[in-house]
Amino acid sequence: MSPASLAALVAPVALVAPPMPPANVAPGGVATAAAGAEITINWVTLSPVVIVLGAAIVSTLIEAAAARRRPRPSGPAQPAYLRPLQAGLALVAVAAAGLMALRLALEADKSMGLNGDGAVVIDPVALYLQLAVACCALLALLVVADRTVQGESAFAPQAAAVPGSEYEAKARQRRLSQTDVYPLVLFATGGMMLFPAAGDLITLFVALEVLSLPLYLLSGMARHRRLWSQEASLKYFLLGAFGSAFFLFGAAWVYGATGALRLSGIAAAVQSPTGLDPILVVGVVLMLVGLFFKVGAAPFHSWTPDVYQGAPTPITGFMAACTKIAAFGALLRIVYAVFQALEWDLRPVLWTVAILTMVVGTVIGLVQKDVKRLLAYSAIAHAGFILVGVTSLTAEGLSGSLFYLFTYGIASVGGFGVIALVREVDAEGHMRGEATGLDQWRGLGRRSPVLAGAFAIFLLSFAGIPLTSGFVAKFAVFAAAFGAGAPALAIIGLACSAAAACFYARVIVAMFFEPAPGGEAAVGAAAEVGAAGLAGSALAGSGLGGSGLGGSGLGGSGLGGASPGGLGADRSGVGGSGLGIGVRTLGLTQIAIAVSLAFTLVLGLVPGWFLHFTQELSQLLS
Amino acid sequence: MDSFPWLTVLIAAPSLGALIVWVGGGAVRRHARVIALVWSLAVLAAAVAMACQFDADGGVQFAERVEWIPSFGVSYAVGVGGIGLVLVLLSALLVPVVLLAAWREQSSPARQAHYAALVLVLETFMIAVFAARDVFFFYLVFEAMLIPVYFLIGSFGGGAGGAERVKAAKAAALKFLVYSLAGGLVMLAGVIAVWTEGPGGADGFMIDSLVGADWGSVQAERLIFLAFFVAFAVKAPMFPVHTWLPDAAQAARPGTSVLLVGVLDKVGTFGMVALCLPLFPDASRWAAPVVIVLAVVSIFWGAFLALAQRDILRMIAYTSVSHFGFIVLGVFAFTETAEVGSAFYMVNHGLSTGALFLAAGFLIARRGTQDMTEMGPGLQRTTPLLAGTFLVVGLSAIALPGLSTFVSEFMVLAGTYQRVPAAAVIAALGVIMAALYILIAYQKIFTGPVREDLAGTRDLGGRELWAVGPLIALMLLFGFIPSPATDVLRAPAAETVELVGAGVLAGADEEGDQP
Repeated sequence: MSPASLAALVAPVALVAPPMPPANVAPGGVATAAAGAEITINWVTLSPVVIVLGAAIVSTLIEAAAARRRPRPSGPAQPAYLRPLQAGLALVAVAAAGLMALRLALEADKSMGLNGDGAVVIDPVALYLQLAVACCALLALLVVADRTVQGESAFAPQAAAVPGSEYEAKARQRRLSQTDVYPLVLFATGGMMLFPAAGDLITLFVALEVLSLPLYLLSGMARHRRLWSQEASLKYFLLGAFGSAFFLFGAAWVYGATGALRLSGIAAAVQSPTGLDPILVVGVVLMLVGLFFKVGAAPFHSWTPDVYQGAPTPITGFMAACTKIAAFGALLRIVYAVFQALEWDLRPVLWTVAILTMVVGTVIGLVQKDVKRLLAYSAIAHAGFILVGVTSLTAEGLSGSLFYLFTYGIASVGGFGVIALVREVDAEGHMRGEATGLDQWRGLGRRSPVLAGAFAIFLLSFAGIPLTSGFVAKFAVFAAAFGAGAPALAIIGLACSAAAACFYARVIVAMFFEPAPGGEAAVGAAAEVGAAGLAGSALAGSGLGGSGLGGSGLGGSGLGGASPGGLGADRSGVGGSGLGIGVRTLGLTQIAIAVSLAFTLVLGLVPGWFLHFTQELSQLLS
Repeated sequence: MDSFPWLTVLIAAPSLGALIVWVGGGAVRRHARVIALVWSLAVLAAAVAMACQFDADGGVQFAERVEWIPSFGVSYAVGVGGIGLVLVLLSALLVPVVLLAAWREQSSPARQAHYAALVLVLETFMIAVFAARDVFFFYLVFEAMLIPVYFLIGSFGGGAGGAERVKAAKAAALKFLVYSLAGGLVMLAGVIAVWTEGPGGADGFMIDSLVGADWGSVQAERLIFLAFFVAFAVKAPMFPVHTWLPDAAQAARPGTSVLLVGVLDKVGTFGMVALCLPLFPDASRWAAPVVIVLAVVSIFWGAFLALAQRDILRMIAYTSVSHFGFIVLGVFAFTETAEVGSAFYMVNHGLSTGALFLAAGFLIARRGTQDMTEMGPGLQRTTPLLAGTFLVVGLSAIALPGLSTFVSEFMVLAGTYQRVPAAAVIAALGVIMAALYILIAYQKIFTGPVREDLAGTRDLGGRELWAVGPLIALMLLFGFIPSPATDVLRAPAAETVELVGAGVLAGADEEGDQP
């Protein structure tokens, strides 16, 4: 479809939201002519998205420029400045976008709204969600950028290499790193920031793809367990494409029923009965199915555990937090656009999905033995809890969901950050993949109390224990469901929370109450060396007590602790072929964890101001 | 009234102490026990100083209020009436006792520091929960309390009993957590409903403004009442949701059990008096017949199972189930005497069961087993002081006249008799059962010829006497002069009865079909 015909289709549709002032007086606006219709683009309000996508393009160009000297595994090593440059650019861009979104959100009022003639809607809620995405992405980027003191990142040296091949071994040996990670994350972040602000079906779809495609690639780039990672990538790609297809198909039906692509146009069209309701309902449901895929709601959740487990842990954290925020943002937008007319058709669908999601996530989560999978099922259950807030369709529900998305996202990044730090050590003392088996986490609390304590607080927040942000969030959405006349939904949610608390408790039990696998003596000796060596570099200024997180520098256990970070071969060679747990650090992950922890506790102890903020936003919208 | 924020200080101080003990390195850590003990004694002194200024007829006092989450009408609101005051005092009293009793339990200074820190954190929550005047704040503390208890049972329980006992401790901790969380989430549904169905607004969670609130419909009031009551019944363990307590008490350190049974479980019965009755008077009257039946069943169920136990801690836990039956019976009898009696019973039970757990702990420390049949026989000869202590606290558990428990049990039974005579008569039979389980235990352990290998068993030392002594002294004091306590409790009891009030005695006749 050409832009011209697109504009022509949209032109006759009435806009519900107040139209923008004429192009030439719009503040900071630039008018461009397209096929006779004037399309206003307010670059200021678009700037968060533009900054991130612009940085993504620059970052890609840097990759391309560096590629001239990019090493074949046999050639010269890649330039040393490349990784810091890319990471710095990504961090600065996301931070700038976040600050911009914050500035705009603080100035937000009802009059701001459509952009690009309604293709993008920058309203307070969109800005809030962009801010949330930016915050989570910033923290996730810190985890992405972190690497071991030996210089290994979480990503494959050459993602294109066949796992186990000689080529890969060479790449590994030469300490290459796949710096394309940063532009990919930036593109995904850009898509995520655009998604909840999209004002028409085409923009929605484009944003969906922009956010999804990089994630498919990123999922396949884990340094360790390459095959799992590639399987995750393929699975995510296939099912994600499936979801996108549903979404697109649904969009076509909706367009067919309403003759409108703009959400405002659709909202206006559904007000007047046309006799096309069944088509509209089918279309909306298909679109929702596409989004349910993205948020991992049952019965469209089956990719979640495999992808969460297989993807590199920093990416899992990024995905868990930001995709959820973005996709729920879009979901809110679509549901609010059509719901008034279709309430009776959609309510059963949303209810069923919410209940199924909560129950499936909780029940299957109960039997998981892998920490990443466990958090994946927890993510599914949380999607259900957020849906409870969305389904209530009141200002309270909206503000509760917004609060929930932010707090959950932040805690997720922190939680996966901790997982990224708990790693196996092989007999030579080399850091290997994450130690994600639940039994490998036994005794972590004794050996690394601050790290385990931080993870415990994230888990308590997920479980919704008072004095953490997760509790306030759950209270907000369940209270909204109660208020909206759906106590049944809230009660099922509470029951699921209770059951879910059991599997979080299991991790806490493993960490604190169970002895570490292997002899404790060996651990003690190695841990001391690790802690002493790393404390200085680990945590400067992250506010969490240097010796604490630094103390997470553990040596191996059963097979003799080689202290991490090449701090000297302290191998006692106790023997056995058990697993050790080691930790890598430049300190970035610790900073991300500390910030997440601070947010989780502050929003748990004094949530008033933040709830007030989300409530204001919700009221501005309605 | 003095504007000094007594309660906030009492709530914050123990946590501050915990922080010092936990974070402090080197010297602080080595002397963690001493620091924690002195700190908790200071808290006790402050609590007593506060109590001295309490006016028995002044209603809720030392009130403070700060808005917390305005969007939900939540405030940090504290204040104590008579019942709250005595329970705050009880908590403040038992903490130093427990710290003293657990002096030698942990070997390494780090473990000692952690134990002391957890106990102090728990003290913060205990005082806060009895002082809370905001339903939401009450709920927060009610749930947050689980965390230190969970770690106290799971992490420090099991003792030196080897891997199997440690495993049992973990299982018990999990069972405790699951029961409490399930109960707590039922209550959360109630808390949410209080907000959505009640008056709402800035005072939407303040207990004082919710008294006499309109809950929309009879059905709604009953459902919300049930949500709260279930959580409190789990906490207070009542039949049939008591099964977590014996496991938890068996697995935990006796010191932890003192706090668990002596104070924490009181939160359940306190919640019934402080929240269920005033906020949902009609529903309370509606539920009373069933609750009274359950209370009577608890009295007997607990007593029968106590008779059958070999593990001394399990036995004490079951006796508590029986005693909680009495407390709940008094609460739901809706007469002034019974209300005063059950509130007083809460305090006495804390003293008496606390002392019993301590005595059991001393026994276990000496004999290295929790099995009563292996502890004795004949310890009376070698450890007369311990035997005497056990006998006195045991007799207090069966409400011997002269000890404070007699006063409260008598008041509960007399008060209940005024309204539900049948229940009172049946419950009185439970007292006989109590005599059985305590005296049989005493007989097994202390009487008879001394087993040879027990000849050298150490008697109570000074530290142990200091721990258990104050509790016995208080029981004797209140046994002979109960009026200081009962005077404080009378006004709130009268108020509660008036709230639940009218029509109770009139309705008693048709509701008189008790077991």
